[in-house]
Amino acid sequence: MALNIVVCVKQVIDPETPSSAFKIDADANKVVPPAGIPPVVNGFDEHAVEAALRIKDAGEANVTVISAGHNFVMDVMKKPLSMGADAMILVDDAAAAELDAFATVKVLSEAIKKAGEFDLVLCGRQASDWDNAHVPMGVAEALGLPCITLAQKVDVQNGTVNVHRSLSDGYEVVESATPALVTVSNELGEARYPTLRGIMAASRKSPDVWSIADLSLNADDLAPRVVLQDLYQPVSDAQVEMITGDDEEDAGRKLADRLRELKLI
Amino acid sequence: MSSVLVVGEVQDGEVQAVTHELTATGRKLADAGGGSVSVALMSGEVDSGLADGAIAHGADKVYLVQDSNLAGPGLDAPVTAIGKLCAHAGPDVVLIGKTDTGRDLGPRLAYRLNAAIAQDCTDAWMEGDRVGATRPVYGGNAVAKIVFGPGDPQVLTMRPRAVEPLAADSGRTGDVESFSPGIDASDVKVKVLDTVQEEAQGVRLEDASIVVSGGRGLGGPDPFNQLEELAGILDGALGASRAACDAGWLDHSHQVGLTGKTIAPDLYITVGISGASQHMAGCSGAKNLVAINRDEEANIFKDATLGVVGDWAKVFPAFMDQVKKLKAS
Ligand SMILES: Cc1cc2nc3c(=O)[nH]c(=O)nc-3n(C[C@H](O)[C@H](O)[C@H](O)COP(=O)(O)OP(=O)(O)OC[C@H]3O[C@@H](n4cnc5c(N)ncnc54)[C@H](O)[C@@H]3O)c2cc1C
Ligand SMILES: Nc1ncnc2c1ncn2[C@@H]1O[C@H](COP(=O)(O)O)[C@@H](O)[C@H]1O
Repeated sequence: MALNIVVCVKQVIDPETPSSAFKIDADANKVVPPAGIPPVVNGFDEHAVEAALRIKDAGEANVTVISAGHNFVMDVMKKPLSMGADAMILVDDAAAAELDAFATVKVLSEAIKKAGEFDLVLCGRQASDWDNAHVPMGVAEALGLPCITLAQKVDVQNGTVNVHRSLSDGYEVVESATPALVTVSNELGEARYPTLRGIMAASRKSPDVWSIADLSLNADDLAPRVVLQDLYQPVSDAQVEMITGDDEEDAGRKLADRLRELKLI
Repeated sequence: MSSVLVVGEVQDGEVQAVTHELTATGRKLADAGGGSVSVALMSGEVDSGLADGAIAHGADKVYLVQDSNLAGPGLDAPVTAIGKLCAHAGPDVVLIGKTDTGRDLGPRLAYRLNAAIAQDCTDAWMEGDRVGATRPVYGGNAVAKIVFGPGDPQVLTMRPRAVEPLAADSGRTGDVESFSPGIDASDVKVKVLDTVQEEAQGVRLEDASIVVSGGRGLGGPDPFNQLEELAGILDGALGASRAACDAGWLDHSHQVGLTGKTIAPDLYITVGISGASQHMAGCSGAKNLVAINRDEEANIFKDATLGVVGDWAKVFPAFMDQVKKLKAS
């Protein structure tokens, strides 16, 4: 029987936006989307899609992508479909863009339930906007699922998910019964590029679009728990001393001399 | 307000430095309102002598949390244990280190207790009856200042090395209580079958007082041998950017940054690293930063103490030779 895999993906401001183009609207406490730099699918979420597709390559699976947000850029959001995902659900709601992590957990959990039966929920390890790294743990708790984080390899067989979980000095091999939730990290390896055929197939698919009102939630569920008081850019007080020499080799030698003078080596 | 519970980390029979850092933050929160700080030390079998060290570093009370299920790796047992301890002790605030275990334990505990959570905080304080905190966001491009709702139970994971521990005072006294969480085998849903450790050579990257890191600018794996040689000469450790690790030039255990290791050496030497905010997020505690980069506009120079603009292949070997000479003299 085909496995049902749900992958949660988020649209974010491109994290490689040069710092010169990174601007904050201080009155609204918001990051201003940089002009001319389109958003991206959160990098770790592409790794999560890749993990799902590797499972599909090895057997049979239906891969459904779910995202909650607003102002989706369809060319961007269709990337998981172009990579090979089967279906996509967008919870597209003006309110969804403003939700904190706790409300996001509620929205995603309800959307996953509404989407139907599943064996595995895959998420990225962290979203590169707010770097919360806790929405998936909330979803696992809300849905009563075993929770495995930081996967660099994910296999599902006979109702068991086996994961190589990254540690800072190696990895551990862990296992649980499905259904389960797994977060994926970049140690998985690069996500595949969409093929032309994939892009054509994706262009024929249209996402299911839901609003928050379609989910069984009340206003309390969406109330923020953490208040953002201020958002600012850190300032560096470092004053760099540039070391120069007759040529590059000489500059290298002078650098060593200077470090000795400063008693740093 | 505020009763603070610090979730301690014990490794190889020793309370880890991060625990004392958390206790220092806990004291600040508790002392603002006449509250108290408890430290939980978990293990299959906790050595009660460990409690003295925690008390000397500022704890009013130590819970020795013991259960045979806590002996091995895996997070389901600790989440259950601390969840039950919270039900017993009723803290207002739980502080956890954003470490390999804490970054999972914190959120899982919070959602289990229906508490609010903020990950990766660099500071925390009382603002009237509310806890405030700062946390880097957008990969370190911005800092968010947040406050929790009053009376809402809350969990904060704190970035290691962001706060100094209090000096140990062996004259301090405190209570010690044993707590048996009574973990049921059915609480452990995820089983750890095997742990594969990278053999770390020499000084641990996180503890090294000198770190030499390379990035994509090195162009391949071989130049890292030279960087490793210099690290060896300086009794330091070898680090790398994510780009270098993702390329397969070096194992990810060397990665410094937001999603790698947090380091705070006296001297950090970077070669061919551009200084992306996500890299700098892991080394903002470095006391002196040296950058060798051929692009004078590179971001790394904004945070550097000393910089050389040039091709690493020319600058670095001459630099290392001179270091060798100075070390020999
Ligand atoms: C969510 C997220 C998490 C991330 N986490 C991390 C993390 O933990 N750690 C991390 O490092 N990155 C992380 N990154 C990636 C980060 O954004 C950068 O892409 C990465 O740090 C770049 O690595 P680099 O500096 O080696 O490469 P580049 O940015 O490509 O820089 C290479 C540098 O080498 C210089 N150079 C080239 N040739 C030479 C030469 N011959 N001699 C001297 N200099 C030369 C260039 O001028 C350039 O400045 C993360 C990204 C995201 C989105
Ligand atoms: N709005 C969202 N829509 C879909 N998935 C999300 C959303 N927010 C978070 N996620 C998932 O949760 C992961 C971690 O996000 P965070 O906890 O916000 O850092 C992401 O990598 C996604 O997989």
